[in-house]
Amino acid sequence: MKLHYEIPANDLTYAGEASSSVKKKLVQLGIDPALVKKAAVSMYEAEINAVIHGNGGFADVEVSSDRIIVTITDKGPGIPNIELAMQEGWSTASDEVREMGFGAGMGLPNIKRYTDKLDIDTQIGEGTKVTITVEFNKRL
Amino acid sequence: MLAAEFAAKLGAKVLTGEPRDNTEIKGIYCGDLLSWVMSHAPKSSAWVTVHTHLNIVAVASISELSCIIIPEGIKVDEATINRAIDENTIIISSELTAYEICSIAHDCGI
Ligand SMILES: Nc1ncnc2c1ncn2[C@@H]1O[C@H](COP(=O)(O)OP(=O)(O)OP(=O)(O)O)[C@@H](O)[C@H]1O
Ligand SMILES: [Mg+2]
Repeated sequence: MKLHYEIPANDLTYAGEASSSVKKKLVQLGIDPALVKKAAVSMYEAEINAVIHGNGGFADVEVSSDRIIVTITDKGPGIPNIELAMQEGWSTASDEVREMGFGAGMGLPNIKRYTDKLDIDTQIGEGTKVTITVEFNKRL
Repeated sequence: MLAAEFAAKLGAKVLTGEPRDNTEIKGIYCGDLLSWVMSHAPKSSAWVTVHTHLNIVAVASISELSCIIIPEGIKVDEATINRAIDENTIIISSELTAYEICSIAHDCGI
């Protein structure tokens, strides 16, 4: 199953719609609830980042029987220092979005923790592509 | 305890109308940093937050929280209530502080 969603720029009104919709589809498919939550939280964090840091963009989702791959692409400023961005608590969020409860600097670390694979492809001045994979069949 | 029952114990109002299913509260989580809440709040917690904007509905539903409790009588945006009804998310409005809500939860065995 392939899904595509637009992510509007700087508009938090509908932020999270794509992730909520994907979550419902995974539940319908009967995927393990714990994995659904990991995938949904991770996609939500990446989606919000595209809205508040990346001037919006789009999400592409590919679901197969054994994994979900989510790619969030934006045309924002890019991430100058990924190592810093990955640190818990590091954030360049504006005061406006901080007042709404965003900007804890926990989004990327959460994605890292919740997914089996996180790829960040970023170019200064061009944009950022975040690809996350959650495996469904992994046995611990 | 069911969300509606707990609202009654708090003397609080359920803003989103009669819940469509029997949503059970299995704990309480207080926090206003959204990504912190998303990564730390256990599933089926009632979430106490001072935020009232639209995004709290997505946070609650994505994190599988059982309901949102807005303390201290803070007014909740109409748009948020409508979104919550669409998403089948319960929002409870209480006059009590987060601390008072948590101590009542404790007394209720939550
Ligand atoms: N898509 C993006 N485009 C540009 N910069 C980004 C992007 N995603 C993240 N960043 C940068 O990395 C930092 C850390 O991101 P992270 O998601 O961890 O925290 P945050 O978004 O600031 O806060 P939180 O996610 O806790 O609400 C951001 O503050 C921003 O500087
Ligand atoms: Mg973020």
